[in-house]
Amino acid sequence: MKRAASNSARPSPALDDSPVGWDLRLYVAGRTPKCVTAFNNLQKLCEEHLAGQYRIEVIDLLENPTLAKGDQILAIPTLVRKLPEPIKKIIGDLSNTERVLVGLDLRPRV
Amino acid sequence: MLFVGANRHAAPAFPPGAKGNKLLDGAAINYLHNPKLEIVSSQQSPQGKPIIVTQSSRGQSGRRPGTISKCLSGIAGLDEVTGGGLPRGRASLICGSAGSGKTQLAMEFIARGARDLNEPGVFMSFEESEDELKSNVRSLGFDLDDLIERKLVALDFVAVERSEIEETGEYDLEGLFVRLQHAIDSVGAKRVALDTIESLFSGLTNTSILRAELRRLFRWLKAKGVTAIITGERGDGTLTRQGIEEYVSDCVITLDHRITDQLSTRRLRIVKYRGSTHGTNEYPFLITDSGISVLPITSLSLNHAVSDERVSSGVSRLDTMLGGQGYYRGTTILLTGTAGTGKTSLAATFVDAACRRGERCLYMAFEESQDQIIRNMWSIGIDLQPHVKKGLLKFHASRPTFYGLEMHLLVTHMLVEEHHPVIVVVDPVTNLVNAGSTMDVHAMAMRLVDYLKGRGITALMTTLTGGGRNLEQSEVNISSLIDTWLLVRDIEADGERNRGLYILKSRGMAHSNQIREFRLTDRGIDLLDVYLGPEGVLTGSARLSQEAKTQAAETERQENAQRRLLEIEAERKSLAAQVSALEAKISLQDKELHALASRQAAQLQRRETDATAMARSRQADDGLTPRPKPVREKTKGAR
Repeated sequence: MKRAASNSARPSPALDDSPVGWDLRLYVAGRTPKCVTAFNNLQKLCEEHLAGQYRIEVIDLLENPTLAKGDQILAIPTLVRKLPEPIKKIIGDLSNTERVLVGLDLRPRV
Repeated sequence: MLFVGANRHAAPAFPPGAKGNKLLDGAAINYLHNPKLEIVSSQQSPQGKPIIVTQSSRGQSGRRPGTISKCLSGIAGLDEVTGGGLPRGRASLICGSAGSGKTQLAMEFIARGARDLNEPGVFMSFEESEDELKSNVRSLGFDLDDLIERKLVALDFVAVERSEIEETGEYDLEGLFVRLQHAIDSVGAKRVALDTIESLFSGLTNTSILRAELRRLFRWLKAKGVTAIITGERGDGTLTRQGIEEYVSDCVITLDHRITDQLSTRRLRIVKYRGSTHGTNEYPFLITDSGISVLPITSLSLNHAVSDERVSSGVSRLDTMLGGQGYYRGTTILLTGTAGTGKTSLAATFVDAACRRGERCLYMAFEESQDQIIRNMWSIGIDLQPHVKKGLLKFHASRPTFYGLEMHLLVTHMLVEEHHPVIVVVDPVTNLVNAGSTMDVHAMAMRLVDYLKGRGITALMTTLTGGGRNLEQSEVNISSLIDTWLLVRDIEADGERNRGLYILKSRGMAHSNQIREFRLTDRGIDLLDVYLGPEGVLTGSARLSQEAKTQAAETERQENAQRRLLEIEAERKSLAAQVSALEAKISLQDKELHALASRQAAQLQRRETDATAMARSRQADDGLTPRPKPVREKTKGAR
């Protein structure tokens, strides 16, 4: 099941307008605390740093197990940055904002 | 009972007094080889644990209540050393260094299970991609695409790219579980292979999470009731680099690829097998074009069935020496000799005779190529080519150093299984010394002899004895293992080398104690009596010249006798002539005597007649005596 990004006010139009849109996928398995935390953390972070130029797709592997293979998902939760390239994966509940920003190349590595 | 490792309390209890505490006991082996053993039903219990009911017609030798159920791996030999396969519904750890054959074993377990044993499987690879896996096993005759198509196998390649992954906070490996669950569900898998799950440790840094998740994974697999194989890279001093043997404790098998004297041998050992007896040795195994083949080293027991049937050696006089009928079928014959004494020729004669009887033969040549042997034997009038064409005779020529001893043994095993010969020739067994130490060769020869005897195969082994050494001591010291021992040796005398053949021993038959001269002619092998006489044992031209001498003496003796006969005859004839001459003389004298008598009578008569006439003329009285009267008158007158 694909849940559309929650911030319905600024969905895909931003992507269409800007060539450097952010296409993010969050893989979860059911509504475990870790997954919920990850989603909340992600949403917060995107609002702060990528307002208006992102799209989040949440994929529940319990419902779509075949999708795990495509993105080589192993750990749950996993955040995949499909765009901009290259593909980046961030695993964990995204509680360490600094590391997430580094992982998404929003902040240079120290 | 032998337990390895910790957690002894978890071992299933054997019923009191249950047999099977010995390793690889007879019953267990019977159980393995019992073709009547079959899986009667295989079903899922409500708890999701499979219930496998096996039934054996042999009752006692079948699975005992309380012992664990086993899952045939389908890999040749492995099921034998594990006593029936891997523990069903549990995870087995296969560990070994790089290139030791872990992936191969895991893949064969899945592919054979799916193809031959009707058990679908999942292969989850952490190292090789699906395409790589497919092409790797295609050479072994497994068409993974087809098996995937038929929903018997599911492949999943899990790639963990360290550079792509950033870890932030708590996570688990639920994704892996989901994928595995999906794969298992998609084919209804009963088998799972994880190769090599330790790769996760190089991709993910949080080892405490990993360890916890792996522990959960193995428990989960067990709960699923799937028989799993988990491979692990051998670590420094530990079985696996990450110590996952801690979590997989039901069955641990190590694979090893060792090089000794520049020869490599793969070996397999069952480190532990909870709740089951198993062979504890290191078993050599081979990866061939038909997959893995494991070879149990030592023979199981010394109880070969023996045969009273005799099998001709191909040389009729040799048969005569061997109690008149040749070797016993199913025995082992050792043919010792120095170089060039005709060992191969004797072996080829044996094989030729067997093939003529329509028997299947296997010729393991470690010295000459097939064509070379055929050509050389042609020169002594033995044509092996038709037998090869008919498929009765199979040659296997290989360099002894081509691979290790175990491999030679394994190759022999495989060829025997494939060709089903009743006669196997190993020519020469001593050359294998090049491939291992003497002790190893001895062990190998013993195993070979045991194996062939166990199958009722008549084996002929030649050994080359170096010049100057004690001929009656075979180089690999296998003489005590063999039943019939022939020695072919050079007899050197008068500037010649001639071959002599002896029977050093032949168990269970009255055999000749004589030496025969052994000759290779263009019509095969010829055995001749050696000359035994006051001048000793003579062979070759010495024998010929001695024979000529004897012949001459005999002729002379005969001539002498003939002459004497003639002489006597002549003498007899002359005597007879004399006798007849004398007889003639006697008869002459008789006649003369007769004539004389009649003449005398005639004379007397005539005198009387004359006297009468005279008296008449004197006018004397009648009746007067013819005596002249005047004389009487004169006397009277004078008175």
